[in-house]
Amino acid sequence: MQQAEIALPNSEPNVPSSAELRTQIAFKNFNFYYGKYHALKNITLDIFHSQVTAFIGPSGCGKSTLLRTMNRMYDLYPEQRAEGSLLLDGEDVLDKRMDINHLRARVGMVFQKPTPFPMAIYDNIAFGVNLQERLSRSAMDDRVEWALRKAALWDEVKGILKQSGMSLSGGQQQRLCIARGIAVKPEVLLLDEPTSALDPISTMRIEELISELKQDFTIVIVTHNMQQAARISDYTAYMYLGEMIEYGVTDQVFIKPQKKATEDYITGRFG
Amino acid sequence: MPAKDHSFTRYDEELEDIRNRVLQMGGLVEQQVHDAIRALVEGNFEQMTKVDRNDHNVNAYEMEIDGTCALIIARRQPTAVDLRMLMGISKIVTDLERCGDKAALIARKAMLIYANRNMVHIPCIAGINEIGEIAAGLLRTALNCFARQEALAAAAIVRDDLEIDYKFQAITRQLITFMMEDPRLISIAFEVLFIAKALERIGDHAKNIAEQIIFITRGTDVRHIALAQLELEAKGSEREE
Repeated sequence: MQQAEIALPNSEPNVPSSAELRTQIAFKNFNFYYGKYHALKNITLDIFHSQVTAFIGPSGCGKSTLLRTMNRMYDLYPEQRAEGSLLLDGEDVLDKRMDINHLRARVGMVFQKPTPFPMAIYDNIAFGVNLQERLSRSAMDDRVEWALRKAALWDEVKGILKQSGMSLSGGQQQRLCIARGIAVKPEVLLLDEPTSALDPISTMRIEELISELKQDFTIVIVTHNMQQAARISDYTAYMYLGEMIEYGVTDQVFIKPQKKATEDYITGRFG
Repeated sequence: MPAKDHSFTRYDEELEDIRNRVLQMGGLVEQQVHDAIRALVEGNFEQMTKVDRNDHNVNAYEMEIDGTCALIIARRQPTAVDLRMLMGISKIVTDLERCGDKAALIARKAMLIYANRNMVHIPCIAGINEIGEIAAGLLRTALNCFARQEALAAAAIVRDDLEIDYKFQAITRQLITFMMEDPRLISIAFEVLFIAKALERIGDHAKNIAEQIIFITRGTDVRHIALAQLELEAKGSEREE
């Protein structure tokens, strides 16, 4: 009788090393200013394809600012400006000629508080898709179902698609926003503290969803919850006062950080 | 040990408390090992009984400290050096408890030896005394290293444990010679062999504790690696501020 092969323990981290990964977003000597205030200082960072990257750090350290530069959210405010290099798949994001609507379709974003549109659940999803592409009714139905299934919301809303998105619970609204974000099939999904307004069960569902979504999308998440960063991300960046202090594989950052400042922050010795 | 305090002072107190409890447990175990060897060498039956009876206190310490570790992990979700400290402590108390078991075993074996004794001397008692002093010394050093979080001194324990292993082999050879020369010594020589083995194991546990101290302070798992590599890891590299 053939003997089954015995699995051996593996001490190697299960995250692929940066050498094996494709860089999706590359910051190089990147600086950002709110008027005269220098908010991000010389950031150099590679965000990898199909990985979850978390930004952690105390309030005001620049993590949300950094997140918002990736789809040029700051463009709405004339006094805010970015310098240096920011590439999305080799394309210059800072180039004024870049189509901002196209950029935001490629780099979707979900905010801290759920922001469903005051319209039907179905239309919440279809609205963004309509701006980007012309789909037949049945193709749109398929796309809405696909997005809601991806966001683990389909089973809960398939019978009430005509109801307002505002009628859903906070956790469902946030998943609706994620569905809306992925319906246009972006390459990157930015999540700015997506669970900070949610209860533990909804938080758990979103975290599970993030782990599933990374098969298809590159995910960048800002979170104040360090355990969340440890649970769901592959790479973690610690920021402080606008500087990138440490960036590395999450397991390493949370067990053996290379910098004393990172250790002080993640062990709660900050302040 | 981290220089800064936590933002939660209660968390600091909890970590400080558990470190102190480990040291208290270590002190008790060290005393047990010392008393067991003294009782054997001096034939002090009362002391042997005391060591045997005292072992439940060591066990109680282990359970209490492990329970506290679980509580802190549940309450605080520790990371980095705090997480390594708690994981290390959980393993260290297991090694300390085993050392306590060995001390109790030595005491019980000593009782057997003295109860059945109808001869002038116990074979290899000087060697046993010597190996016992070294093992107790290693345990003491390991506890000092834990208190001061000294990785380099902990690495020295791993090297020093080799000496106990050599001495144990020497005692084994001597006991075999004794047994071949005088078969009446066989039963007593077996008890002595058990005692020597127990002391050798105490050295191993001190070594395990030392490895955990290196893990706590340097963040590198140094179990099952070559001694030279372990010493290199214990030196570590200066971390950037």
